[in-house]
Amino acid sequence: MTALDLARAQFAFTVSFHFLFPAFTIGLASYLAVLEGLWLKTGKGVYANLYRYWLKIFAVVFAMGVVSGIVMSYQFGTNWSVFSDKAGPVIGPLMAYEVLTAFFLEAGFLGVMLFGINKVGKKLHFAATCAVAAGTFISAFWILSVNSWMHTPAGYEMGANGQFLPGESWLEIIFNPSFPYRLVHTVLAAYLTTAFAVGGVGAWHLLRDRANPGARKMFSMAMWMAAIVAPIQILAGDQHGLNTLEHQPVKVMAMEGHYQSHPHGAPLILFGIPDSREKRVDYAIEIPKASSLILKHDPDAPLKGLDTVPDEDEPPVGIVFWAFRIMVGLGFAMAGLGLWSLFARWRKRLYDWPLLHRAALVMGPAGFVAVLAGWVVTETGRQPFTIYGLLRTAESASPLDAPAVAASLLAFVVVYFAVFGMGIWYLLKLMSKPPEAHEAGLDGAPIRSAGVTPAAAVIEGDPA
Amino acid sequence: MIDLTVVWAGIIGFAIVAYVIMDGFDLGIGIMFPLFRPGRDRDTAMNSVAPVWDGNETWLVLGGGGLMAAFPLAYAIILPALYAPLIAMLLGLVLRGVAFEFRWRDEAHRRMWDRAFTLGSSVATFAQGVTLGALLQGITVEGRSYAGGWWEWLSPFSVLTGVGLMVGYCLLGACWLNWKTEGDLQRQAARYAGRLGIVLLAVIGVVSLATLTLEPRYYSRWFAYPDILVTALVPVATLIVTFLFYRSLSRKREVQPFLWALSLFGLCLIGLGISIWPDVVPARVTIWEAAAPVRSQIFMLVGASVLVPVILAYTGWAYWVFRGKVGSEGYH
Ligand code: HDD
Ligand code: HEM
Ligand code: HEM
Repeated sequence: MTALDLARAQFAFTVSFHFLFPAFTIGLASYLAVLEGLWLKTGKGVYANLYRYWLKIFAVVFAMGVVSGIVMSYQFGTNWSVFSDKAGPVIGPLMAYEVLTAFFLEAGFLGVMLFGINKVGKKLHFAATCAVAAGTFISAFWILSVNSWMHTPAGYEMGANGQFLPGESWLEIIFNPSFPYRLVHTVLAAYLTTAFAVGGVGAWHLLRDRANPGARKMFSMAMWMAAIVAPIQILAGDQHGLNTLEHQPVKVMAMEGHYQSHPHGAPLILFGIPDSREKRVDYAIEIPKASSLILKHDPDAPLKGLDTVPDEDEPPVGIVFWAFRIMVGLGFAMAGLGLWSLFARWRKRLYDWPLLHRAALVMGPAGFVAVLAGWVVTETGRQPFTIYGLLRTAESASPLDAPAVAASLLAFVVVYFAVFGMGIWYLLKLMSKPPEAHEAGLDGAPIRSAGVTPAAAVIEGDPA
Repeated sequence: MIDLTVVWAGIIGFAIVAYVIMDGFDLGIGIMFPLFRPGRDRDTAMNSVAPVWDGNETWLVLGGGGLMAAFPLAYAIILPALYAPLIAMLLGLVLRGVAFEFRWRDEAHRRMWDRAFTLGSSVATFAQGVTLGALLQGITVEGRSYAGGWWEWLSPFSVLTGVGLMVGYCLLGACWLNWKTEGDLQRQAARYAGRLGIVLLAVIGVVSLATLTLEPRYYSRWFAYPDILVTALVPVATLIVTFLFYRSLSRKREVQPFLWALSLFGLCLIGLGISIWPDVVPARVTIWEAAAPVRSQIFMLVGASVLVPVILAYTGWAYWVFRGKVGSEGYH
């Protein structure tokens, strides 16, 4: 293992862990805002109870998201210093805007959201919840702009000292070609992730007690999200793929497993085992010409393959190919569950169809898996570059000794698995308790988080 | 014409000061945590910072992110040079950050998370102090990158600054608790503040003298005539502030000792500024050499000049919402 491989492993490890949490908090913050809004509007206790139920979970996830995020903001400098020096003038300001517009907003209002209901009153408290939700979205906006710029760099000039410098227009940098697609697709992904997590929890409690009003409400809300958002996500993913074909065709070749060019219409390989040494896909199950149909909207359109790309510019095919199938497979499974839930609603069996509930339970973690698979496609498919076509990963790394990187990687692995492992266990414990009519804090102890909610107080005068 | 590079140095400096002021006391409470009685006292100490720690730590993100944006070259040199202490700091922050949450979730392991809170806070603080010391003593730079080994940061001086910062943050933490709590815990905190003040003064003296011997240019900055007429004010002011600190403590004031302790930190940072100005990597790279291009500076300045006041306003509001004494029961 070289220092470079270790640095890549470290970045992949820390950012994958980090993203698990925002994928949940982006969706959960909005869900909480909706719950509190509905409660203020209708005065129904079930919303207040659900708010308190998910707030406890949100607090734990958020704390883990914050601490793993702080690690990320230093990873660029510690492990990718050459990249930071070169790209800093362009992407640094975007990240600074993220801190100024998003992180402070979240952090500033989180304390009030978690601890402040009795101090500020309901309306202001709702405003704090909305501020936190807005903060999570703004955060996604900036960081995805940065990430997208690394995939489809635009609006820059090359400096004499080898730095990328901003050109005339910052808008060109921020709204670089892949950014709108990535933003839509990733934010929808966060909503889906949350919907399936909430749905899974609801399903679990329905399996034990079909009458629990909290479980019924959350399951129903989650299934609406699944039914509406999953199909939109498939469309958004398709558009994202077309955009990628335009700007990073090599990535698409790897996703599709197209080692060879297909001058008369390329097949869609559903499954198979990519063999990069022999440059072919073994045991392939294909639909003739379907790939050209999807990507070019013409079954006979020619598609180039990896044979047109020098070997040293190719990403690893196997990982990209498989990760892509996992994501897409889960996307269709999500849409399928959404449809099933619509059917169940129509048959008035949404709350008493154990098989549906079991399926929703199994799909509970699907969003997290799909999100990670999606990022592996995106990032691994960009290799061997960090700034696509312009700066190689091998030229981005810090001048560090391998033992230093190995030691820190080991430390991250040990600490992350121990700490976040415990955290995830606490989450499961919280989720395993059914939502109650007078949802309270934890066994008398007020809920404190990265903030605190004496949750009992969240709903003074709640009728439920 | 205003020199934007100087403006940006000021903003980064401000972020660092804000970070030290805000996160210092909550890290200090973490370090001293085992000294408080389990149960009520620990819960109260934790609650006094729970609603604000996340916001406090965000200034560290602004310091790091802002450095990358405004002085990318410095970011690219400093972070690899301080690799080990920075990774240790990040892991420490992970441990203490989750402890805020986890200790309430797991009665059976509360002691364990309390220990993690202390360990994390101590490691993070020590690492920040080491970082400061290592930067002051000078790092090896060649061309546009760091060229030393991965243990270069370790020296008696950097260990001294590491321990010194722990003392300093503990003082801030003790003063904060003296302000925000009542009864036994408050008395205990005041007692600690009294002891820590004198230790900190000693540490400041030793670190200052040691710094002067590190680089000839630090020495000349302090002692060249006529600058010395101004620089000499710093040690004098330090003594005066220490006196005021002790006077307010002996008069059982609640807020003032905290403010005087913060002033002591402010003076140290001014002293630091005098030593290293105008370098961003001390004695190696100046702010102008490391600065981002004007377009980046302007773009960010537009945002910063609007947003920083707004941030300060709502941060102030959040502190105000949680004003007054804290109980162990949280903010009822
Ligand atoms: C719940 C999560 C989720 C689901 C169900 C899907 N995706 Fe996805 N996908 C993501 C979550 C995600 C992501 C994590 O958000 C990624 C990683 C980076 C990005 O831009 O979005 C992503 C990347 C990504 C890319 C790579 C774009 C690039 O880097 O150039 C493509 C082509 C697709 N997706 C296409 C799809 C299609 C056709 C889907 C339909 C079934 C689909 N995704 C479902
Ligand atoms: C949060 C979800 C993300 C995940 C799960 C993820 C995953 C990964 C993975 C698996 C790699 C290793 C690729 C390889 O070496 O084969 C990687 C590399 C990298 N990614 Fe991402 N990434 C994410 C977001 C981001 C974002 C938002 C940025 C930029 C702001 C980014 C920048 C990088 C950089 C600089 C590297 C290192 C260089 C490289 O190996 O390509 N990533 N990421
Ligand atoms: C390598 C890239 C990334 C870096 C450097 C990074 C940095 C950070 C930092 C420093 C924090 C803590 C903020 C605080 O103190 O409150 C954080 C939290 C957060 N990040 Fe990331 N992040 C990265 C990737 C992502 C991605 C890809 C997304 C979303 C699409 C994201 C969304 C969030 C959100 C919503 C939070 C708020 C806390 C939470 O919900 O967990 N981040 N990130």
